Parts: sequence; structure tokens; C-alpha cells
Amino acid sequence: MKVLVPVKRVVDYNVKVRVKSDNSGVDVANVKMSMNPFDEIAVEEAVRLKEAGKATEVVAVSCGVAACQETLRTALALGADRAILVETDVELQPLAVAKLIKALADKEAPQLIVCGKQAIDDDANQTAQMLAGLLGWAQAMFASKVTPADGKAQVTREIDGGLESIEVKLPAVISADLRLNEPRYATLPNIMKAKKKPLVTVKPADLGVDVTPRLTTLKVTEPAKRQAGMKVADVKDLVAKLKTEAKVI
Amino acid sequence: MSILVIAEHDNTALRASTLNTVSAARKLGGEVHVLVAGGGCAAVAQAAAQIDGVAKVKLADAAQYADELAENIAALIVASVAGYTHIVAPATTFGKNVMPRVAALLDVAQISEIVAIESPDTFVRPIYAGNAMATVRSADPVKVMTVRTTAFDAAATSGSAVVEPVAPGPDLGLSRLIGRELTKSARPELAAAKIIVSGGRGLGNNENFHKLLEPLADKLGAAIGASRAAVDAGYCPNDYQVGQTGKIVAPQLYIAIGISGAIQHLAGMKDSKVIVAINKDPEAPIFQFADYGLVGDLFRLVPELTAEVG
Repeated sequence: MKVLVPVKRVVDYNVKVRVKSDNSGVDVANVKMSMNPFDEIAVEEAVRLKEAGKATEVVAVSCGVAACQETLRTALALGADRAILVETDVELQPLAVAKLIKALADKEAPQLIVCGKQAIDDDANQTAQMLAGLLGWAQAMFASKVTPADGKAQVTREIDGGLESIEVKLPAVISADLRLNEPRYATLPNIMKAKKKPLVTVKPADLGVDVTPRLTTLKVTEPAKRQAGMKVADVKDLVAKLKTEAKVI
Repeated sequence: MSILVIAEHDNTALRASTLNTVSAARKLGGEVHVLVAGGGCAAVAQAAAQIDGVAKVKLADAAQYADELAENIAALIVASVAGYTHIVAPATTFGKNVMPRVAALLDVAQISEIVAIESPDTFVRPIYAGNAMATVRSADPVKVMTVRTTAFDAAATSGSAVVEPVAPGPDLGLSRLIGRELTKSARPELAAAKIIVSGGRGLGNNENFHKLLEPLADKLGAAIGASRAAVDAGYCPNDYQVGQTGKIVAPQLYIAIGISGAIQHLAGMKDSKVIVAINKDPEAPIFQFADYGLVGDLFRLVPELTAEVG
């Protein structure tokens, strides 16, 4: 079983982004970039499936600027076998990414595509679902446990009220939630080995995909600031304030 | 202009998220219809017909819609799209699961978790865990979007719309439900609670989490929430998680206990009306967002607070 894992290069989760003064976007110049944390979990899951003898090959895919090669090298260092970069300087929105990965999936014919559930930059939470729709495959989103067997996969999903177990036919698209696994750290020998693993680059036009954005960002602004309040002396003071000042209890 | 709201329900009752979504839909300014897709869900359609501002309820009642499976429901929505300019669902795990698939099948963008409507094609949504707000315009003929329920009031329920059956589509047979383990609680639902008592890693273990938070929550009639750290450490189930990737809440009162205030947690609760923080570290980031901060040992302060609010 071949597993495809799409990974996104995003602003590192430890960076607090700043909105640009002209409100055209957030300032991403000279900030640390990393693999989207949910995608790390997806890579880890695919690699574990291979280590358990359930997957035969793990192919990492990224769509975006040339620097996404670094993200793919990270995926290779975590255990992916080879990588494909769909290189473009165009701003890619989830629908375009889903179309690009669908085109690759048509060629690669994986049985499973494991995505992160959400990128921490645009917080869209769309690509995996869109990809499943475009492929006409089953989808199992927000997964916290994945057990593939006999052309099917049993997936535990994190839903608002608790947990849900579903069975999907393969091929299928799965999106990883936080508690699917704890990703390993890339070791130095594996980082060195990753440099020699194959990484090919294609262009959206090679795949016949139009990646023109559908949404126009008119402006990006700071959220309303919350004023820091006061420290209260003790519990009695707190309860008095909640009753008489804030009037919430 | 005409708007189709996708109802969220459990086949017996409408979820509150549907009421907030209808409010958002009404702000778009067209006629609002509600699609109820489920199995044995006629009572839900009747409830949806009572939502103020709803002109028509479409009921697709068939076994293949009973379990909220995304493939079947998305196909039904796509088949129902003719005549609508907007398809709107709550940004809950239900809406987030189904709507991107709908958008892809229609070859349109999806707009996630909108918090404001500037015009029928222009919306505001948070990005970077709410550290920036993006105003986006869609050029697509149909706008497919999810709504952050805390950003829109719940619609009232004194209306009387007509209920019209729609012919169900086929069962695609791609997935099936095995079972659900839903958290059972007598306390209010997190997303709809007026008061939330929320615990973090400062509570130390599972036993303390429940022993300290539950009596306080019960006295206040509050829901219980948690930080990601507390969920990851196994103090409580995943559906307690408040934050960027968990639930987004905006209660009247949010009491953060032993929570330091990581960016991704703040993203889920910073729109609460009043925030109280109890933490032993006076430098914890949560205090920069709290209206009332209490520095000290939570193992002493929380029982004291529980006694005092009684």
C-alpha cells in the first residue's frame, strides 16, 4: 500500500505573527518557517504504517515556493521514501492545492492519503476534505486512531461531542488530529540520509491544474485587543467583583 | 439571492449551532431555507420550521443520512444547490467535515469560520489562530462557508415555515458509522454555556482536575473546559479542549485555572465577556488577557472560591 502525505511550509508555531502596517497581510519576511505541526503528525502516521508493514512506500508532497524543498527534506528525514514538489510562486488556496494533489494521486495511485487536519497559518481546515471530494473517495477527518486492514480502514475521529468510529473503504483520505500520535524528532543520521533521497519538482502546468486564487484578500487587520484587567487580592475580592462589577455570577 | 443553511442535529433535536448559523444567513439579506438531512428526523424539520426568518425547510429523510457521513451528505447538498447563492453551515466538526467537500464538488472556494459579513460576497475570518483577521471576497457564483457560532446570536424560534420533502440521493457506500462514544454530562454544553470553568496542566493530574473543577462548575452551573496540555496529559476527554484546534467559546464568564495561556488556547476563549485567571505564576501570559487575575496556589484558591460562590 502506497501512502501519500501532503505537507505545508508555514510560519513556525512559536512565532507570533505581526500584521503589516499597510494591512496587506502578515509579515512573513525573515521569520522561522517549519512544517505545519498537523502535517508532521500525518508524516509520522504514514511512517509508522510502513514500519508496521502495512504501507510499502511513503511519498511526501508539497505545493508552493522553491523553499518548500526544506519541508520535504524534513519529511524525508522523518522517514518518507521520496518527495514531490509542485513548485509555484502563485498564492495557493486550499482548492488549488487539493486539485494539484488530486492530479498527483491520479498518477501515483496511493491507497491512502494522510493530511494534517488544518494548517496553522490560514486555519482553513479544507484541503483533505476537498481532495476526497475531487477524487470521489471516502474521507475520515480529525483522526485520532487509524487501523487499515483488508481494503478498509477503521478510524476513530475527534468530534464535538466526543469520539466517533467509522469504517472507510480504501482508497481514502484521512486528516490527522492532534492526538493521532506524537511525531518523532529527525535524528542527524536521518537528516543526512534524507539529502540523498529522491525529490522531483513539477509545475502546476505539467499537471494541467489552474491554480488561480478564488478568494481575494482585501485586507488583514489586528484583532480587537483585550485590555489587561486587574489582579485581585483574594477570593473574597474576586467574588465581590464578579457579583457587583462584572455582574456575571 | 437565496441561502441554504445546513442544519446540524442528532435526528431527534436541532443543535443550537443551527440557530446561530441562521442568524448569520439572515445577515446576508436573502430568503433563508434550511436543509435537514437525517434518518427519522421529521421532528428536527418541525423544529427548524420554527426558527425565525426561515422561509422553507427541506427535509431529506433517509437511512443514508442518519449518521452524518460526509460523502452522502455532501452529495445531497450538491444535488440541492440549484437556485442558491450561499450554502452555510456551522463551523463545528460536522460543518467542517462536510462543507469543503461540497465546495470542491462545486469547484468553488470554501470560506472557513466567518465571524462577520461585510456584504454578500465579503466576509471576515480569523487566520493565524486569531492573531490576524482577514477580509476576503469571493468571486464564485455560489459561496460555500462555515460560520463561527459564537460570533452570531442564536435566532429565536417563533416562526412557522413550510416543510418540503426532497428526494434522497443514493447511498454511496464509501463509509459507515461503527459507533460513537459521546461524553455524557449533566452540565451545559461547552459551546453554549454561559459560564465555563477550564483547567490546565497546573492541576497536575486527572484526579485533581475533576476533584477541584467539578464542585465549582456545579455551583456555578458551568461547563468544564480544558487546555490542550490538560487533554494531552489525559486529565479529561478530547471534546473538553478549548483553543485554535478545539472548541471556540465565548461565554459570559471564563475561569481559567492553572492555564498559562498559550496562543492556541487564547484563540479559543479570548472573546469571552469576562475572563478570570487563577495561576501561581504572576508572569503567565493568561494574565494579559484576564479581567481579574488571582495569583496563588490553585489547590487552596479553587476550593475557597467554590465555598465563596455558594
